[in-house]
Amino acid sequence: MRPFALALTTALVCSTAYAVPALAKTDIALSIQQEPTVLDPTTDATASIDGMLTHNVYESLTTVNEQGEVLPALATEWTISEDGLTYTFKLATGVQYHDGTSFDANDVKFAFDRAMAETSTNPSKGIFAPIETVTVVDANTVEIRLKQKDAFFLFNMAQGDASIVASESADANTTNPVGTGPFRFESWTRGDRLVLVKNDDYRDAANVQMTRVTFRFIADPTAATNALMSGEIDATPGFPSPELLPQFEADPRFNVAVGTTQGEVILALNNGHAPFNDIRVRRAVSHALDRKEIIDGAMYGYATPIGSFFPPSDANYVDLTNRYPHDEDAARTLLKEAGVADNTKLRLRIPPYTYATRSATIIQAELAKVGLDVEIEPLEWGAWLDQVYKKSDYDMSIIAHTSPNDLSNFANKKDYFYGYENPQFIEMWNTIKQEADPERRAELLKQAQTFIADEAVHGFLFQLPSLGVYKKELSGYWTSAPVIFSPLKSLKWTD
Amino acid sequence: MAFFLRRLIGLIATIFGISLVIFAVMNVLPGDPALTVLGIESTEDARAALRDQLGLEAPVWQRYLGWLSGLVQGDFGTSYSFRVPVSDLIFERLPLTLSLGVFATVLTVTLAVLLGLFAASNHNKPGDWVTMILSQLGIAIPAFWLSILLVLLFSVHLRWLPPGGFPGWSDPLAALQSLILPTAALALVQSAVLARVTRASVLEVMRLDYARTARALGLSRWRVLFRHVLPNALIPMVTIIGMQLANLITGTIVIENVFFLPGLGRLLFQSISNRDLLTVQALVMLFALIVVVISFVVDMLYLLIDPRLRDART
Repeated sequence: MRPFALALTTALVCSTAYAVPALAKTDIALSIQQEPTVLDPTTDATASIDGMLTHNVYESLTTVNEQGEVLPALATEWTISEDGLTYTFKLATGVQYHDGTSFDANDVKFAFDRAMAETSTNPSKGIFAPIETVTVVDANTVEIRLKQKDAFFLFNMAQGDASIVASESADANTTNPVGTGPFRFESWTRGDRLVLVKNDDYRDAANVQMTRVTFRFIADPTAATNALMSGEIDATPGFPSPELLPQFEADPRFNVAVGTTQGEVILALNNGHAPFNDIRVRRAVSHALDRKEIIDGAMYGYATPIGSFFPPSDANYVDLTNRYPHDEDAARTLLKEAGVADNTKLRLRIPPYTYATRSATIIQAELAKVGLDVEIEPLEWGAWLDQVYKKSDYDMSIIAHTSPNDLSNFANKKDYFYGYENPQFIEMWNTIKQEADPERRAELLKQAQTFIADEAVHGFLFQLPSLGVYKKELSGYWTSAPVIFSPLKSLKWTD
Repeated sequence: MAFFLRRLIGLIATIFGISLVIFAVMNVLPGDPALTVLGIESTEDARAALRDQLGLEAPVWQRYLGWLSGLVQGDFGTSYSFRVPVSDLIFERLPLTLSLGVFATVLTVTLAVLLGLFAASNHNKPGDWVTMILSQLGIAIPAFWLSILLVLLFSVHLRWLPPGGFPGWSDPLAALQSLILPTAALALVQSAVLARVTRASVLEVMRLDYARTARALGLSRWRVLFRHVLPNALIPMVTIIGMQLANLITGTIVIENVFFLPGLGRLLFQSISNRDLLTVQALVMLFALIVVVISFVVDMLYLLIDPRLRDART
């Protein structure tokens, strides 16, 4: 009797269906690799916080579309003064926060003052630096005055760091996010899932199809694959492992979306020390790199090579991949000229990301061919931030810079971890930042890319792809990732 | 009693030593929690403001004493990255890891004792050989790999069980379902070792005179095994079970990642990469405590199992 009872229980436990296929589906389960630490993008830089909540739960004054163009959000329209310093925003009316409090110009002032305060821990405090004052004109009008012109201002104001949070709820947002967006927060089980439900009071609620969105936190790529295959989840935006994609490409149940991101992957060279303070050595490294081999080996072909520090998806992109063609003889000659001894030892200290660890071994072999003895030293993220980023204690590293408009990195001082300081470029970037005329700015951006390529500041490898696996019936998702947030309101199930 | 007291004092000293080591190691680790939280776009003054909020500007000895006095009162401090009390983080995840650990232990012991006895009683017969080959396989296969195989079979192909995740105990049936594969993955591997120890230990006792005498007196084979042989074969088994419990706890760290279960192992993993030192300290302390307490309990069990030890030590 006992074994029978045991068998019966087992059968009962096992056979109860755990995934119920629903008709006219309006819910979706997505997996996300990185877990959020808190639920407030204005206090923590963890990318998944923006990925799940920015422009879904929270809204900012502006937003951007998949092409990276700035569009209205909480600000329905705006005017810019003649001198380019005063922005007057007209705000959406009748908007309510999810907790029932109403939204008006005072909330905008509160959110900006909070981000700009001395004790503010906003992770992108720098984007607020150009702001001089934020003034409430009337309940639906805000005027922001800048200290200096900033061509990126409207774009920056679309980010999660500039979310318009309310004074009533801001402090509790870390665990109970309250915004004005198309979805309201329902629950968060740390380590497991976060659930959003549709906000029926949203301005454009009629066009939002999903009523329930569940994010499952699945760090392991194999586990994510199994969860997709078993139907436990419907999609994995930001799929972590390119080598597993062919399996989904061959499966009629799925679509594989391959797009672009703002992430330039570079072989960072420490310009602050020998040997990379010598441009000949930097150029030699550029000649020694074979981008095709790196992309095929590290990214299974799913990436676009770059020759400078600018995303190929941008309209102003210049293809500079042939500035230093793969040429081992040229590399050896340059190294000899610079007086770099054969088998010079160099430390390649890398963060624990697959793109870095996989590229590292290939680069090590490529540099060995021109007589450089590269020692790979893997660091975990906290240690990388401390050793490489903060203390510049490295010769080479591999890192993806994922922020938009980050060509500004090269306008930093020598104490930035690049160890690169060039007054000519700083000047150039200041002009770009203040140039309002799009044509003139496009021209300047092209010059800036070419300048950085000529300088061979780093080895420029490839643009990080945006890889996603989606159920065939799903549409309305972004293939490319021009920013770190991605809107859920356009998601739709089609038959 | 003296033995008990000696062991208890040893236990407390060990725990204190562990706290010092853990704190020291965590604080020489390179890394700035504020930089990890705020990222590489952050400004230096924002990071300084956060360090101040987190109490990281105080000298090391002051932070150690503060942490220690908190520990004694059951206060683990506030997590740097989650910004909630560390004890909340631990308590919301403890039920899962504990259930997993208990289920896996029960399954391990049951399987291992049955298999071990079966093999021993069929010594040098096909039943013995098959059991030994299976257990050799079990020792050779890492738990994470077995997990992946189990998921492929039961979740992806047969679709009987979920591939991972944990719905919470509010739905006990679904919760049990989601723990079947992780428990099996942990227990199958662990029981292989224990089955071999059980078999060897039982075989040894079976050769002794009193076992033969019991048999000669007309007791059935299974009665002799359970009533007379097993109790006397327990000492090596309990030692191994104690060690395996520690293994099971560390094993859950890996298994929780494979099955994306929100347990303590996942929390530890995440906290290390977040440079959430207080949470890591608390978790390592907790794991160390569990291991120390288990070995204490094992020592006490010896006294219970073997009366001779009691006499020798008092």
